[in-house]
Amino acid sequence: MEYFVQQLINGLTLGSIYGLIAIGYTMVYGIIGMINFAHGDIFMIGAFVALIALIAIGLTAGAGLVIVILALLLALLIAMALTAIYGWTVERFAYRPLRTSFRLAPLITAIGMSIVLQNFVQVTQGARVKPLQPIVTGGYEIMRTTTEHGEFIVLVSNIQILIILTTVLLMAVFALIIARTPLGRAQRACEQDRTMAALLGINVDRTISLTFVIGAALASVAGLMYLLYYGVIDFFIGFVAGIKAFTAAVLGGIGSLPGAMLGGLIIGLIETFWSAYFTIEYKDVAAFSILVVVLIFMPSGLLGRPEVEKV
Amino acid sequence: MTGPLLQVRGVETYYGKIQALRGVDLDVENGEIVALIGANGAGKSTLMMTICGSPRARSGAIRFDGSDITAAPTHQIMRSGIAQAPEGRRIFPRMSVMENLQMGAAVTDMTHFADDLERIFAMFPLLRKRSGQRGGTLSGGEQQMLAIARALMSRPRLLLLDEPSLGLAPIIVRQIFAAIRDLNRKQGLTVFLVEQNAYHALKLAHRGYVMVNGAIAMTGTGAELLAREDVRAAYLEGGHG
Ligand SMILES: Nc1ncnc2c1ncn2[C@@H]1O[C@H](COP(=O)(O)OP(=O)(O)OP(=O)(O)O)[C@@H](O)[C@H]1O
Ligand SMILES: [Mg+2]
Repeated sequence: MEYFVQQLINGLTLGSIYGLIAIGYTMVYGIIGMINFAHGDIFMIGAFVALIALIAIGLTAGAGLVIVILALLLALLIAMALTAIYGWTVERFAYRPLRTSFRLAPLITAIGMSIVLQNFVQVTQGARVKPLQPIVTGGYEIMRTTTEHGEFIVLVSNIQILIILTTVLLMAVFALIIARTPLGRAQRACEQDRTMAALLGINVDRTISLTFVIGAALASVAGLMYLLYYGVIDFFIGFVAGIKAFTAAVLGGIGSLPGAMLGGLIIGLIETFWSAYFTIEYKDVAAFSILVVVLIFMPSGLLGRPEVEKV
Repeated sequence: MTGPLLQVRGVETYYGKIQALRGVDLDVENGEIVALIGANGAGKSTLMMTICGSPRARSGAIRFDGSDITAAPTHQIMRSGIAQAPEGRRIFPRMSVMENLQMGAAVTDMTHFADDLERIFAMFPLLRKRSGQRGGTLSGGEQQMLAIARALMSRPRLLLLDEPSLGLAPIIVRQIFAAIRDLNRKQGLTVFLVEQNAYHALKLAHRGYVMVNGAIAMTGTGAELLAREDVRAAYLEGGHG
């Protein structure tokens, strides 16, 4: 039981990170029907920007709580802003010129962009892993039992609390923006009928740009969290995390925002529980197998809507 | 301002290699209702969309209120005072009726939203009842009303209507045409409409154009066109189409 609770907490933490990345995949797919394969690398860029920002801020161990929070907030804002610029740039210069081209062209370009971003970071930051000294430490003990095997303690670390709370908060704000604001309405309108949106005075190109900016900003938050949680990053983290998050988006129903969040959590949980109860080697296989099974029975994902041709 | 509110000169539009408009010339004066009739595939909808820059004219010129909008992006054209209820209605299916109307008011930044909403609901009381319902679940007639209502929410100076009577019961058609006449008389709204229902359209309109094969073949006042034998034969089979 205690072991289960501990894995649940770990899984939710990982799932939060995947969910934040998955939103970027699903939003872009929703609005231009394209899989942005470079999105995982945007997440990686976010992690690097956060790392550089944190090093530049020069937080020392033993700093007070308020200082730590302010430093993290500052790093977060810097990461969001700069990563958003990357997201915007990729869309503006790599994808937009191909928007009216044949269907596969943006997809191939996206794979190319992914390689470009990886190589760019590899060249400028080096290929070796970059460590960050722990900034958020400590945690709470929420359960303790003694068995014949010894003591078992369920711990929630402060960083886990931070990750889960930030994710919940961000997703709530984000969902509110999409559901209630003129910007969110314009975004949904472009998703449903771009020509009509333009006929109502909506600047479709700008709305698409904004979608990339928002997706990149959320991915950079995931990047910062990943950095704080694991303590090391390299230029390749975007590949695996990106594929997981993409899987999460498909599992939840690509195009569906609640689906992306749910899919992220599920993938995080599957991965964690599989490693905990079976073998860590096959954790990725487990996540992908679940995806395949779900897609066989629910081709449009858990929360996606069935593909109906427009009349 | 002198000159027509909308001026179309020598406009040619292509879909890939297919030419849909072959040098269209047409004027809509301020305060007029102008009807455009023509057979299926003549290019009527293409002209409506070309005026809005989607698709763009390959050659020719379109002027609105004196300024050249031929090359302007669609969203800017619509922000300059043109609204369209397009062919196929294009209601946002996964948005509520209210949200569809809010989208209509996007160009005015929702400054007159509450007032305009009341006017629209007075005109189409059914929409008030449906306001929370998703656009995709409305009946065809309800969608048509919503499409017109949404276009009006932007407070346009020129309203483009592509077959507003399509699929509607005769009583609703009369209601909508009465509403259009009302908007034109009381608020001076200029209307340019495409209609299959040529009899009603030419009755309603001050002037009409007949399009054949992507070009204007005839023009005249509504009454003149209605009186012509060739028009009657081609577009008014059975007298009162
Ligand atoms: N998106 C498109 N791609 C290719 N060809 C098109 C497209 N839209 C229209 N066309 C062609 O352009 C021509 C004019 O079409 P348009 O829709 O403007 O006719 P219309 O007068 O509105 O007809 P209807 O009365 O049936 O609505 C037709 O031959 C049509 O096949
Ligand atoms: Mg048509």
